[in-house]
Amino acid sequence: MAMIEMKDVSKWYGPVQVLKDCSAAVNKGEVVVVCGPSGSGKSTLIKTVNGLEPFQRGDVLVNGISVGDPKTNLTRLRAQIGMVFQHFELFPHMSVVDNISLGQVRVLGRSRDEATARSMKLLERVGLTQHAAKYPGQLSGGQQQRVAIARALAMDPLAMLFDEPTSALDPEMINEVLDVMTELAREGMTMMVVTHEMGFASRVAHRVIFMDQGQIVEDDKKEDFFRTPRSERAQQFLSKILHH
Amino acid sequence: MKYNWNWGIFWQLSPDGRGTYLDTLIAGLGWTLATALSAWVIALILGIIVGVVRTTPVRWLRLLGDAWVEVFRNVPLLVQMFLWFFVFPELLPASVGVWLKQLPRSAFYTAVLCLGLYTSARVAEQTRAGIQSLARGQRMAGIALGLTLPQTYRFVLLPMALRIVMPPLTSEFLNVIKNSAVALTIGLVELTASARSIQEFSFQVFEAFTAATLIYMFLNLIVVAGMRWLEKRVAIPGLIGPGQAMPQAGH
Ligand SMILES: Nc1ncnc2c1ncn2[C@@H]1O[C@H](COP(=O)(O)OP(=O)(O)OP(=O)(O)O)[C@@H](O)[C@H]1O
Ligand SMILES: [Mg+2]
Repeated sequence: MAMIEMKDVSKWYGPVQVLKDCSAAVNKGEVVVVCGPSGSGKSTLIKTVNGLEPFQRGDVLVNGISVGDPKTNLTRLRAQIGMVFQHFELFPHMSVVDNISLGQVRVLGRSRDEATARSMKLLERVGLTQHAAKYPGQLSGGQQQRVAIARALAMDPLAMLFDEPTSALDPEMINEVLDVMTELAREGMTMMVVTHEMGFASRVAHRVIFMDQGQIVEDDKKEDFFRTPRSERAQQFLSKILHH
Repeated sequence: MKYNWNWGIFWQLSPDGRGTYLDTLIAGLGWTLATALSAWVIALILGIIVGVVRTTPVRWLRLLGDAWVEVFRNVPLLVQMFLWFFVFPELLPASVGVWLKQLPRSAFYTAVLCLGLYTSARVAEQTRAGIQSLARGQRMAGIALGLTLPQTYRFVLLPMALRIVMPPLTSEFLNVIKNSAVALTIGLVELTASARSIQEFSFQVFEAFTAATLIYMFLNLIVVAGMRWLEKRVAIPGLIGPGQAMPQAGH
């Protein structure tokens, strides 16, 4: 069953078309990596999944619910999709545990105690229990991103979206974040990950989507993508990134 | 120039029959404080609302907010004061206008309203700048979490934005106190007007205005100290700011 289904999604900024008839599906429990050159529309594409980026044509279905339908309660839909950003976007004025509890209390209506208990469990899972009372500004980048993942998981999401979760990190912190994501994938989370970490893609992903100039140029099984990408642009991209 | 200094003047009875000149001064201070503080409350509430409105995705709300700021910020305060006091009651149905003009303390109410609206435009401008200085990602993170737009403002954007604009808001607070002197033009005997009345009755112009100046400076100090205290109280651990500790990467 497709957890996320994109059907001919097109988006324009004024006269410029930034998404061109993008179609793809992510099944339940599947991990799909999205890669491509800068400006190719990767961020825009995954943000259409939770309606952060509106689109003009086509549709996206999440668990069967249409994102494009004006009657859809987008707020409720978003609560069911976790999102992790390149720059973490933790709320700097809240302690780590409050960051993770905010959505649980305000959106899911959990009691404060219930939320805190859940937050502490998640902090344990990402290895940050002893940092619960700290503020985001007191944590390293890698630690902040792990808190951001915990914050998204606290909503018990149907699927998780990652937009370049490691590209703002110092190299020595990348693995601690990728490890948490790998673990999550192993547990069967449905994930859409924009990343240039090809090591992660080859280890964890089921499929790889390659985008260029707003188009999905390639949508392959991981093995096929790394062995024999069909398009020339994907080959160029891969050789550039792998020899980097 | 021959001038008879007489600092004892403040203990002499004033001809207004309400006590000494010092009492006149204190009564003036009371009106200054009442006007400035009431106007400040109005300015903060309206200013934050208008500032928020100017950053929402709703176009007509944004335009309304922009218009608010342009009108109240760009017309001189003195003109606004006259408009509210002399012109506005004439625009109302006659009976309401008369009732307004005969209201006891109508100068005070007019001054509070006028100063509150005028300052709200300036607070709105600061609030807007504060919200827009936050990364666009903060808004997205709140929305992505499933918060509604009002919740995103309430729990994510405003707490940070208001902390950021605390220093400029401090100067707006100081401005409200200073600007309240304009109310003397519509007959409110606040601090400056009191000093002037002392001068008119006693001719001790230097003493009267020295005293008023010292009181204004003292109010200034209290406000600055109070805001410093508040800034420290709401400071966020790990963020650099005035009087805050350097961030430390935890390990
Ligand atoms: N607000 C906007 N207004 C106009 N054009 C935009 C806007 N946001 C993005 N774009 C354009 O849309 C295209 C796709 O942008 P997007 O951020 O999705 O690319 P990306 O693949 O994520 O790139 P990167 O690797 O740099 O993050 C780019 O050409 C970009 O210039
Ligand atoms: Mg991007």
